[in-house]
Amino acid sequence: MGARPAIRAREITKSFGDIVALDGVDLDVAEGRIHGLVGPNGAGKTTLLGLLLGLAVADGGRLEILGRPIGRALDAPDGVAGFVDGPGLYPSLTARQNLAALADLRGRDNRTAQIDEVLGEVGLTDVADDRVHGFSLGMRQRLGLAAALMIRPRLLVLDEPSNGLDPSGKRHVHRVLKGLAADGVAVVLSSHRMDDVEALCSEVTILATGRVAFSGPLSKLAAENPELDYRLVTSDPDGARRLAAETTGITVADGSELVIRTRIPALDELVVRLVRGGIAVRELAPVVSPLEAAFLTLTEDHS
Amino acid sequence: MTAAVRPVSVPRGYRFELVKLVSQWRIRLIVLACWIAPAVFVAAVSQQGTLPVDTLFGRWMHASGWAGSLVVLGFAGSWALPLLTSVVAGDVFAAEDRLGTWRHLLVAVRSPRRIFAAKALASLSVIVLLVAGLAVSSAVGGLIAVGNQPLIGLDGHLLSSGDTAVRMLLAWLCALAPTLALAAIGLLGSVTLGRSPIGLLLPALVALALQLVQMLPVPVPVRLALPGYAFISWNGLFANPAQKGPLLTAVGVSLVWAVLATALAYFLFVRRDFTNVAYDGSGRRALTAGVLPLAALLVVTIGLFAVSLGGNSSGIDQAKVQRSVSTAFAHLYRLQTDELNRPAVTEAQLQTTTDCNKGGGKLDPVGAGNDWRCVVTWHLPGVQAPGQAIYQLDLTPDGRYMADGDGPKEVNGYFLVRTPVGDAPNPLWQFDGNVELLTKG
Repeated sequence: MGARPAIRAREITKSFGDIVALDGVDLDVAEGRIHGLVGPNGAGKTTLLGLLLGLAVADGGRLEILGRPIGRALDAPDGVAGFVDGPGLYPSLTARQNLAALADLRGRDNRTAQIDEVLGEVGLTDVADDRVHGFSLGMRQRLGLAAALMIRPRLLVLDEPSNGLDPSGKRHVHRVLKGLAADGVAVVLSSHRMDDVEALCSEVTILATGRVAFSGPLSKLAAENPELDYRLVTSDPDGARRLAAETTGITVADGSELVIRTRIPALDELVVRLVRGGIAVRELAPVVSPLEAAFLTLTEDHS
Repeated sequence: MTAAVRPVSVPRGYRFELVKLVSQWRIRLIVLACWIAPAVFVAAVSQQGTLPVDTLFGRWMHASGWAGSLVVLGFAGSWALPLLTSVVAGDVFAAEDRLGTWRHLLVAVRSPRRIFAAKALASLSVIVLLVAGLAVSSAVGGLIAVGNQPLIGLDGHLLSSGDTAVRMLLAWLCALAPTLALAAIGLLGSVTLGRSPIGLLLPALVALALQLVQMLPVPVPVRLALPGYAFISWNGLFANPAQKGPLLTAVGVSLVWAVLATALAYFLFVRRDFTNVAYDGSGRRALTAGVLPLAALLVVTIGLFAVSLGGNSSGIDQAKVQRSVSTAFAHLYRLQTDELNRPAVTEAQLQTTTDCNKGGGKLDPVGAGNDWRCVVTWHLPGVQAPGQAIYQLDLTPDGRYMADGDGPKEVNGYFLVRTPVGDAPNPLWQFDGNVELLTKG
């Protein structure tokens, strides 16, 4: 039996005056999944996240969150948490005070233990009693995540959660999000960083000009867009360029470094031919990730 | 299916807002200043040789510990309270715009109505705390530095310590009404103007405008219709009998302004589109739903007062000035008699009369000006010839005047009198008085 749906959106539309932000968007996210939301600026990501958090109500379509139909603004069920446009913290309060004030607002008991626990989860125990005023962007992002974790969410909605995070902080946040997903929490996150989405998400929805350009597993996305650009560094650049040009299914780009556009089978064949020709392959990597390539292709198609 | 959504209760939201307000260093500093600075100020000024005689009750700061609190009230009504309301109420909504926390707050509370109620109540609480600090601190400072002596009222009669304490408390309570009106204007500015500094400064700017109008010779209906008039009319409490008419009217007008401005702020706030990231104030709506209704209220109240008071005069005429000076002089003459150990007299025995003119008799004796001249005549039991003293009056458009004695040294010509125990301030030399604008001449 499959996981229960945390989000089920059908034909969602939302406009601001003459501007159509969302135009017939479908979205399905099951519990225990991390779902990436990507798209160029103005694609409707923040609007969609706002709808999921209950900040606004859709003009049309049907939205169910955690099994509950959403018919009006600020009607998101209790298990929904997250943030859009920054984590929303009060700089004059310490990290602990921010969380304590939120816990008190929501009428939660057993606060101290829970606050310590979530601060530990996001790696902010050492600065728990420091004012947020002096926090870096990455620390604020982590504290925002901690604030969302305070309500033990079943659906976590995050807007650019990796913004400002250093590699260590990013790894920390990724570990937390994967842990939540393993515990059955549905996570929807938007990001401009394709490496983050690829590292975290099992599914992705690409939005372009308010419409869904793609929605599904990452593997399916790669399959839909099989041709990629690869950078090839070898011991004999001229020989490699000649062999690449002779191989069926490979297009060689102009330029000083060797960049080829091809699918995986032709690429395999080229590597074999290079080795047989006595040319050592020192580096072979996609110029852009498969997700980014798909993103660029799909969003360019839509625009 | 998931359980129904419950918005956060107003008491919880109120606590949340209080925590945020009190965590700001400037609010903490202001609270501290309001609870300490007035005591220090009153104690320090009370020890000085020169007193702030241009401020109401300032000349009595050596004589009574209660005078200092009233001096602070006069100053607070002009400057401190408008600025305090600006810092607290003028920023309570704008702060969320500045910090970018509206969405976070809405997701947590889930009710713009409750957010508004919590913010309004929290800012009201802080403002009341600040006003209480000013009142208590200034009174304590005066009582410690000078003592719990009776206070000479605005028409020269002596108020007992207990009576003064009650009237002082009432005066500060009355000053709360215009403070609330300014706070409500602050809420409105904070809601409509967002991050704009004008929103923050709106109560102070409005208060400044109101003060400027009160300094002009505007008709009484206009004066009464302004929401800041209670900052002036509280002084009627220190007359005998208390001049309740202007005070109650002013308090009522202030409260109507407070209610209307709060309602307008609420109306604008609950209609705000919080999904619009680019929002920075309601622009045109601020004018149509904010400024115009308040302007309409002003016009309507001016009209109602004009009709009910039957005219558009300044409220200051010869008969009222003469009556006020006679009453004050008679009370103060009795005080001087006591000081000098003369045989006691009553106000009735003195039969004080006053003859005032304006501009040396060349001008119509109505309205404000520093060219009022009054000749006071009184009688002593068993003395044939009446006594006479002259006063120059500096009468401001709000009805307050300062009478400067110009007569025999032993009556009102010198600032000291020689008493059996040494020199003492002469109560008849200079005194403050008040012409009640609402009474009929």
